[in-house]
Amino acid sequence: MPELLAVSALALILSLFLGLLRVVRGPGAGDRMLAMQLIGTTGVGLLLLLSLLLDQTALIDVALILALLAAVAAAAFTGQELETGDD
Amino acid sequence: MTTSAMLILDILMVLSLLSLAAAALATSDARRSVILFMAFGLVLALAWARLQAPDVALAEAAIGAGLSGALLLAAVREQPRPALPDDTKTVHHRDHSSPKLLLEWTVTLLCIVVAGVLAWALAQAFDRAPQDTLAQAVNENLATSGVSNPVTAVLLNFRAYDTLLELAVLLTAVLGIFALGPARPGYRAAGPVFGGLVHWLVPVLILTAAYLLWVGAHAPGGAFQAGATLAAAGVVLRLAGQRTVGLPQGRTLYLVVAAGVGMFLVVGLSLLLLGRPFLGYPPAWAGGLILLIETAAMLAIAATLVLAFLGGRPQPPRTNVTGGKPLATLISTLSPRSRQGLSGADAPGAEPHKHFSEDNSQC
Amino acid sequence: MIEIMSSLLIVSGLGFYLAGSIGLLRLPDLYSRLHALTKADNLGLGLLTGGLALYTQDLLIALKLVLIWLAVLAASAASAHLIAQHARRRETQS
Repeated sequence: MPELLAVSALALILSLFLGLLRVVRGPGAGDRMLAMQLIGTTGVGLLLLLSLLLDQTALIDVALILALLAAVAAAAFTGQELETGDD
Repeated sequence: MTTSAMLILDILMVLSLLSLAAAALATSDARRSVILFMAFGLVLALAWARLQAPDVALAEAAIGAGLSGALLLAAVREQPRPALPDDTKTVHHRDHSSPKLLLEWTVTLLCIVVAGVLAWALAQAFDRAPQDTLAQAVNENLATSGVSNPVTAVLLNFRAYDTLLELAVLLTAVLGIFALGPARPGYRAAGPVFGGLVHWLVPVLILTAAYLLWVGAHAPGGAFQAGATLAAAGVVLRLAGQRTVGLPQGRTLYLVVAAGVGMFLVVGLSLLLLGRPFLGYPPAWAGGLILLIETAAMLAIAATLVLAFLGGRPQPPRTNVTGGKPLATLISTLSPRSRQGLSGADAPGAEPHKHFSEDNSQC
Repeated sequence: MIEIMSSLLIVSGLGFYLAGSIGLLRLPDLYSRLHALTKADNLGLGLLTGGLALYTQDLLIALKLVLIWLAVLAASAASAHLIAQHARRRETQS
């Protein structure tokens, strides 16, 4: 079973790497935002696998933070600023 | 099988990091490089996790990826937008004037020197005998530190001075931020989807921050990670069009921002008065004192980071605060109807902030 | 028995992750890539979480895992919408 976890972690980092190819080369700015989504979900999966593989339950907390903060990053990217100094 | 899989995993992780860093540096569009830098931060958090450093991974995920990304994006936006759409390749005209070139070469040389020094230090660390390392010394004294997480023990007990000075640096940063003038103009009120996200994200972030603060005593976590998570809640509120993003107004803000350094000093000086060394906690009280200092530090760090995102002194709300339940007023802020009048975002100014600061002082 | 179930869940989760990445590489434009990424990856995470929850047999950790999956679901749904909306806005502006 640990072998399966290790190979799964490898598969996840491989899929992350493949996704990064698109992120780095992608034509538009939105493509780079996909990086947040990609790393957000793939990273959470990888962290959960690593937490069981390396026997570190704290990594599950890291996965939670990663999931939440990836959403914050997406919101930061797409927030529309008020044009005037009306604030 | 497992070790070879992990080896390939490590190699792929390093390749991802390097390619993200190279891509972030190679592009001439500031926004593009900021987003790639955020991605780099997230993958770096994964790398810390792989190296079995959960505290650093927590901090990297919270601060390096989420918060500094938001800060940099807000800063990049202040540049005038280029006239061309993103898809066309911008021709990057290199500035060949000699002072600029000299500066570039100096910075490059300095980076190489610093990298060399770090590599040398790492090589030295590999050669050390196990009994000389910091980890050994910490583990031997962990029982008297008041916590069972060695990282927290080092930060808040054995090397408490360093943390005090770090918090003083944050306080100085706040002074600099206040000197910038009024805060940046805010953001448009959130639409229904973003509003729905904010509705559950902010309470969950606040709760997670409290959890990280509490768990830092015996598991990875602590004041810095909790403060960063709390700041993320403030940033999300700001992005949703909330004006007073849970920050207290006026004098209370100064108090909260100075609370980290202040609590350290209060505890340290009281211990001095009791005849103990400065910040030398009596082992029986160490746990409680550490929690007290960490709570104050969390609030200070969160306030500092939110102020950094605001980019200046927060402006007081313009209209009078009406009474009303906090949640109802928060809902009315985020509904599409409030987009008509910006003053709709002002009304719940005091209520959520009371909610916010009350919630955290109960930690 | 539980090991077999959890292994199956984990492997199928991985399949969806890889499918999402391949979609990311091969699909023509931003919106379809968002589809591939968000839907496939979240399902992959769900299956992975299910497999890991079965594997740990610790109730608290299993609950934590499921909660993380739900948080990722909600967060990435909103994020995908925000990204697509932003891209649409930029298209209609320029």
